[in-house]
Amino acid sequence: MAGKTITEQILSGKSGRNAKAGDVVVCTVDSAMGTDGSVPMALDYFQAMGGTRVSDPSRLVFALDHYAPPPTRATALLHQRMRDFARDQGVALWDTGEGIGHQLMVESGRAWPGALVVGADSHAVTYGALNCFATGIGSSDLAAIMKCGRIWLRVPESIRVELTGVLPNGVYAKDIALALARELGADGAAYQAIEFTGSGLDSLELEDRLVLSNLSVEMGAKNGVFPFDARTAGWLRGRTRNSYSPVSSGADARYARHVHIALDSLVPLVALPHRVDRVTTLEDAAATPVHMVYLGTCTGGRVRDFHQALAVLHAGGGPAPGVQLVVTPASRTELETLARDGSLAEFIAMGAVIGTPGCGSCCGTCGTIPGDGVNVISTANRNFKGRMGNSHAAIYLASPAACAAAAVRGAIADPREVTP
Amino acid sequence: MSPMAGRARVFGDDINTDYIVTSRRKRESLDPEYLRHYLFEEIDPAFAATVAPGDLLVAGANFGCGSAMEVAVTAVLGAGIHAVLARSFSRTYYRNAVNNGLLPVVCDTSAIAEGHRLRLDGALVYNETTGESLPGEPLPAIMLAIVSAGGLVPYFRTRTDFDSVS
Ligand code: SF4
Repeated sequence: MAGKTITEQILSGKSGRNAKAGDVVVCTVDSAMGTDGSVPMALDYFQAMGGTRVSDPSRLVFALDHYAPPPTRATALLHQRMRDFARDQGVALWDTGEGIGHQLMVESGRAWPGALVVGADSHAVTYGALNCFATGIGSSDLAAIMKCGRIWLRVPESIRVELTGVLPNGVYAKDIALALARELGADGAAYQAIEFTGSGLDSLELEDRLVLSNLSVEMGAKNGVFPFDARTAGWLRGRTRNSYSPVSSGADARYARHVHIALDSLVPLVALPHRVDRVTTLEDAAATPVHMVYLGTCTGGRVRDFHQALAVLHAGGGPAPGVQLVVTPASRTELETLARDGSLAEFIAMGAVIGTPGCGSCCGTCGTIPGDGVNVISTANRNFKGRMGNSHAAIYLASPAACAAAAVRGAIADPREVTP
Repeated sequence: MSPMAGRARVFGDDINTDYIVTSRRKRESLDPEYLRHYLFEEIDPAFAATVAPGDLLVAGANFGCGSAMEVAVTAVLGAGIHAVLARSFSRTYYRNAVNNGLLPVVCDTSAIAEGHRLRLDGALVYNETTGESLPGEPLPAIMLAIVSAGGLVPYFRTRTDFDSVS
């Protein structure tokens, strides 16, 4: 289809209209996810709308991830309510300990090329790495989808982000995302889609693309979509039962803006408290004391992330005394892999606290909460004041390797320079 | 949408949903009647005690960024606020506002100060204190239909599906 961005093409197909940026369309949703942070309210909305049966339960899944495990009676009751509803309605449910909903969506093939996938949580944009239109919605939207299977959407304009070259040693997907946040700002892609493209994608694993799609919402984007290639096909093999047709942008598609990032020119970066776009080089932030290191979340909680972190921890002889290292795998599958390949035992031997697969400390709803005056460096995507449950702590965001380097030194450091 | 008038309560740029109401409070309850007492507690501890029904929220760019949590809208409604004016909104906040019947108005808010008396008629904002008129962006038909109904819940009480867009 000539003249259309990936986003315009998918939304045209799902709305049955010739959708262009700026139009408002009503679309059929292929796949939807809700979490314990959003479903309880969605159930209230659904019931208030007079909803009785979910229109198509096979398209819906619930994840118990934000309160995993529930730290209070009130949150345990939310979980019970979700389990009861899911059982009665035939909705699939990922229970406490299975992992973060977004990770499970991409692991289980509930997001596929060309699909319209939503999650009642802002980081649903993560699935865009799989060449689908994926966006975060609210509880009321989820209730409407439960009722009629559809959603209203304004078709966003797209920003074309071209990546060229190959990442230097010690520089990771997280650094690309932080470089983009620095370039665009925290609202630089508001109401817009980000479409990644360029020869630089060839060297990016699917896990790397998930990081970029995941962080696109931190620039305000509605979705962050990748083209389809052999890596996408490889990831989907054996995961999705849906047949799919990949979508690529039309040759003369119109973009609101073009951004070019030369991967070779990037250096390790860090986002300073309390904004994701307050980005500086690790070198400039070097020697900032760090008291807690958090490895996990839907951004940096996959096996590959832990391996990258472990390599640096090994090189440096483990965490410095007094540094609290918290490890929270994004899913049980990732935890199992780490257990099988020995990584988990190594983390335990280094004194790491191992959290239940799930959101953990990321948004302060469960898991380890930092104390007052504590500097945390984290593989997460957000560092707002109070984000991890204490507004008197400060959060830095960096790649898993950079977080590990900080653990070794007890201060922000370049992972390439870490030695025992 | 019937016209409304009220006092401006002004905030700056990049007010995220956790600043509007913390996820910690949300863990305690989802009830807007409860959460309204903790509105903006981290950044303006005096707000909750001084907010009055009919007040209008005014903000700079990127209002409601961060988490998509809907209590950041329902707690505002719970305090009797029925419209938010901002230079721009995060898209999830904008959606949630529409879906709950909180009118989001995109306009240049830079000349509005705390306590100004504002009158709103659709997307037209009139600042009674300064005598200035500000044209806001009109809402597309389907969003206007949802906001005017009072949100998706009343919208769907009389429908089984969205009205088709023409
Ligand atoms: S890991 Fe963090 S960012 Fe991801 S879904 Fe959970 S709370 Fe949100």
